[in-house]
Amino acid sequence: MTSFFDIPIQALMGQLMLGLVNGSFYAILSLGLAVIFGMLNIINFAHGALYMMGAFLAWMALDYLGIGYWPALILVPLAIGVFGVLIERTMLRWLYKLDHLYGLLLTFGLALVIEGLFINAYGVSGQPYQIPAELAGGFNLGFMFLPYYRGWVIFASLLVCFATWYGIEKTRLGAYLRAATENPKLTQAFGINVPIMVMLTYGFGAALAGFAGVLAAPVIQVSPLMGSHLIITVFAVVVIGGMGSIMGSIVTGLGLGVVEGITNLVYPAASNTVVFVIMAIVLMMRPAGLFGKEQ
Amino acid sequence: MRSKLLKVALAALLIPATNLVSAETKPAAMKLSNNVVKIGVLTDMSGVYSDLGGQGAVTAVQMAIDDFKAEYKPKFNIEMVYADHQNKADVGSNKVREWYDTEGVDMVTDLLNSGVSLAVGKVTQEKKRIAIFVGSGSTRLTDQDCTPNTIHYAYDTYALANVAGKAIVKNGGDSWFFLTADYAFGHSLEKDTADVVKANGGKVLGSVRHPLNASDFSSYLLQAQASKSKIIGLANAGGDTINAIKAASEFGITKNQQLAGLLMFITDIHALGLQTTQGMLLTSGFYWDKDDETRKFSKRFFDKTKRNPTMVQAGDYSAVTTYLKAVMAAGTDEAAAVMAKMKSTPINDFFARNGKIRENGRMIHDMYLMQVKKPSESKYPWDYYEIKSVVSGEDAFQPLSASQCPLVKK
Amino acid sequence: MNRTAIAYLALLAVGVVLPFFVYPILVMKVLCFALFACAFNLLLGYTGLLSFGHAAFFGTAAYVAGYAIKGWGFPPELGILAGTVASALLGWVVGSLAIRRTGIYFAMVTLALAQMVYFIFLQAPFTGGEDGLQGVPRGKLLGLINLSNDLNLYYFVLAIFVFGFCLIYRTIHSPFGQILKAIRENEPRAISLGYDVAKYKLLAFVLSAGLSGLAGATKMLVFKFATLTDAHWHSSGEVVLMTILGGMGTVLGPVVGSSTIVTLQNELADKVGSLVTVIMGLIFVVCVLAFRRGIVGEISALYKRMFGG
Repeated sequence: MTSFFDIPIQALMGQLMLGLVNGSFYAILSLGLAVIFGMLNIINFAHGALYMMGAFLAWMALDYLGIGYWPALILVPLAIGVFGVLIERTMLRWLYKLDHLYGLLLTFGLALVIEGLFINAYGVSGQPYQIPAELAGGFNLGFMFLPYYRGWVIFASLLVCFATWYGIEKTRLGAYLRAATENPKLTQAFGINVPIMVMLTYGFGAALAGFAGVLAAPVIQVSPLMGSHLIITVFAVVVIGGMGSIMGSIVTGLGLGVVEGITNLVYPAASNTVVFVIMAIVLMMRPAGLFGKEQ
Repeated sequence: MRSKLLKVALAALLIPATNLVSAETKPAAMKLSNNVVKIGVLTDMSGVYSDLGGQGAVTAVQMAIDDFKAEYKPKFNIEMVYADHQNKADVGSNKVREWYDTEGVDMVTDLLNSGVSLAVGKVTQEKKRIAIFVGSGSTRLTDQDCTPNTIHYAYDTYALANVAGKAIVKNGGDSWFFLTADYAFGHSLEKDTADVVKANGGKVLGSVRHPLNASDFSSYLLQAQASKSKIIGLANAGGDTINAIKAASEFGITKNQQLAGLLMFITDIHALGLQTTQGMLLTSGFYWDKDDETRKFSKRFFDKTKRNPTMVQAGDYSAVTTYLKAVMAAGTDEAAAVMAKMKSTPINDFFARNGKIRENGRMIHDMYLMQVKKPSESKYPWDYYEIKSVVSGEDAFQPLSASQCPLVKK
Repeated sequence: MNRTAIAYLALLAVGVVLPFFVYPILVMKVLCFALFACAFNLLLGYTGLLSFGHAAFFGTAAYVAGYAIKGWGFPPELGILAGTVASALLGWVVGSLAIRRTGIYFAMVTLALAQMVYFIFLQAPFTGGEDGLQGVPRGKLLGLINLSNDLNLYYFVLAIFVFGFCLIYRTIHSPFGQILKAIRENEPRAISLGYDVAKYKLLAFVLSAGLSGLAGATKMLVFKFATLTDAHWHSSGEVVLMTILGGMGTVLGPVVGSSTIVTLQNELADKVGSLVTVIMGLIFVVCVLAFRRGIVGEISALYKRMFGG
């Protein structure tokens, strides 16, 4: 048997793959946080709740309306995006002139409301969501067993992450966005409707969270608590990466997922804490984060 | 300005002034605190264990009270309150403390979580009331943490390991890896099963602990797979067991290794389906389809809840009935007298066969080794188990001589 | 000044007689959370630092005090002291890391570090994991007063609260407190005036952490229980809510806020079950959108408007 430090290669590859799956979720969520932060200067605490809503909407669509996984993968992020736009229009926009901390507090309150409503309706135990039939089963690669669906999660999230990166860094719309981030007043003066861009940015960030939720639904139990379990780790990811760059968020998210996977093999007890330890080290060495700019 | 502040602060502080403390006893023919026997059902209303007890437990206790009133026409009032312990020991023990202090609750039951039960046991002993643990499994409740005020009713991890665990080892499953829920119940189940495995010549290759209500079991299962054990013992319950079994089939683990659900309830089998669970060996203290009496109760329960009762829910009914009979016989709801009555009276009802309560609070009764039927063998809804053997309470549960409970005189 | 003193004395008198009218355990819980919120307010209200990880200090002290009393047989007063010192030390570590960033990052860093502490408690053998550290004896205060009597314990808790409150009051009104306020209002200016801002922030953080620990250790003694709930980020959020609802940067605000929240939770828990979280969240949203001065802040603003200050 091939092994690596006494660890069977099969287990190593399996944990690495699981790490990449988790890392994909970190990447999409921290990407959404970074996009929102860039434009609105708000740390969206409700991001975890939106992710949870995404998974729940997918489950509800299937359970109540018979809408399957593939349509849900498109429809649910749209719905969450619209929900995000509503939040921005009715609440967040009143806070732009205030200290940024109020945005954090407001979205924290929203997260509690959303989570509480779902707990009240569905309890804290998870709802099962079947893996879509096309992706059921797995492939034995010899050195590891790869369930098709987990492979798809990694692929789909990388696709979305890079599409977002391309959209922001390489397209005209992205250029407007970056300009508005840099200097909103001047951009407005050039005839670009900045408030609309802000609104759409929040909607887009929310949609990303919703997309991650749908992706996650078949992998983990659809539970009202799934978002809050994840969001704090994602915050640590954001602090480690710094919110300066889109690519930074993606790379940090995936990388930390892999680190967690390896920790699961080497010293399972630390797998929950390793991200936070890394955060503490990064804060000591490079307070602005790996990809961040000193303010 | 300050006086206004004062008023606000006062108002804020005085809102709960309705919770006045009053515990005056009014002696009637019976010596009852508050002239009423009050039963508290502390259960998991919305979490991983809500299917085992939950609303069904409340229904079962209400049925027990109604039936008792109809049959024995007691001269005292019986009331029930219930609350959600959320599987958090602090939530549960604070609630029970409040029940004892302000609502005059005499007895608390159901209790689906061993961590909660351990905490409730301590409050109960301090306040000199009674707690009957039906839903929790840790043997600590009658071992080092036993109290003169608590009874452990339906099952415990020792009996689970001793009945099904032994049978699995005897059938050739002699190397084990455990997937353990990381709290009192899981630890207890893992330890007791490991002891049984070793005592019967098997090996334990390792274990991994997961949090209660874990969302994704895949990484734990990969560790179990790497151990190459014949059996992966699931030392967890409820939703956690269901999710672990599903994840195992996603990763193709069930091809080479066999899963052993060490505590499976009929609702779990119902949720997973016979296709996934067929052939599994498990321990239970109750099966709805065992005989006419169990079917009669289960039919009534089903009509109210649309589910067949689990061992816990049937046990709740039996425990409350036993308690109320003891209160009536003792002529008081004072804990020591009622406990003495319960411990001296044998229990025989549709739930408990050849039941009796030992000095350490352990209620022993016949346990059953069940095998889950093949889909083809299942003739009607909820026809899931075949009873392979009946194990008497004395054989199934930990011998009294091995108990570390200080109440046991040696 | 005199009127202020009289008002505080009247409040104290209310505190002394309250357990005869209200379930004492509930009042003790209110007092513990009030102290926790006051300690938190020292940081948020007077230094302008939003920590989203204060539950770590609340919980750490509970575990350390619980273990000292149960495992090592410490008397209650020493156990509480041990818990408080442990939290202050942890506060020094967390604070040193967190003050490297400001604003939103500070909040996220404290939240993440607190989550790490939570996971450590979840897994460390001495905490009892999800079962919690149960059955901590209340013991005898100074070997004389039996604290298993709820009333005796109540006056002990009240004394701790008064001590903590007075300490915070003194701090706010000391030169040190003035410098903290200067940092809150304009950090660059405070730096240019020659103050070592980082040192002051850290000191405020440690003080706040230590007092939060005092509150946590006391609550542990009341319920005889140290639990993960105390260290969970929900508790961190709750203390933020209490402070904002009562009025951040006001002396009595956190007391009013915590009394309201704890009472509300207690009253609502049986009636609406899990909707309590929703209500807490709604209060949060309303406070942030329309009520940023909090109850005490609004009342004093109203008073100033009506009577010209």
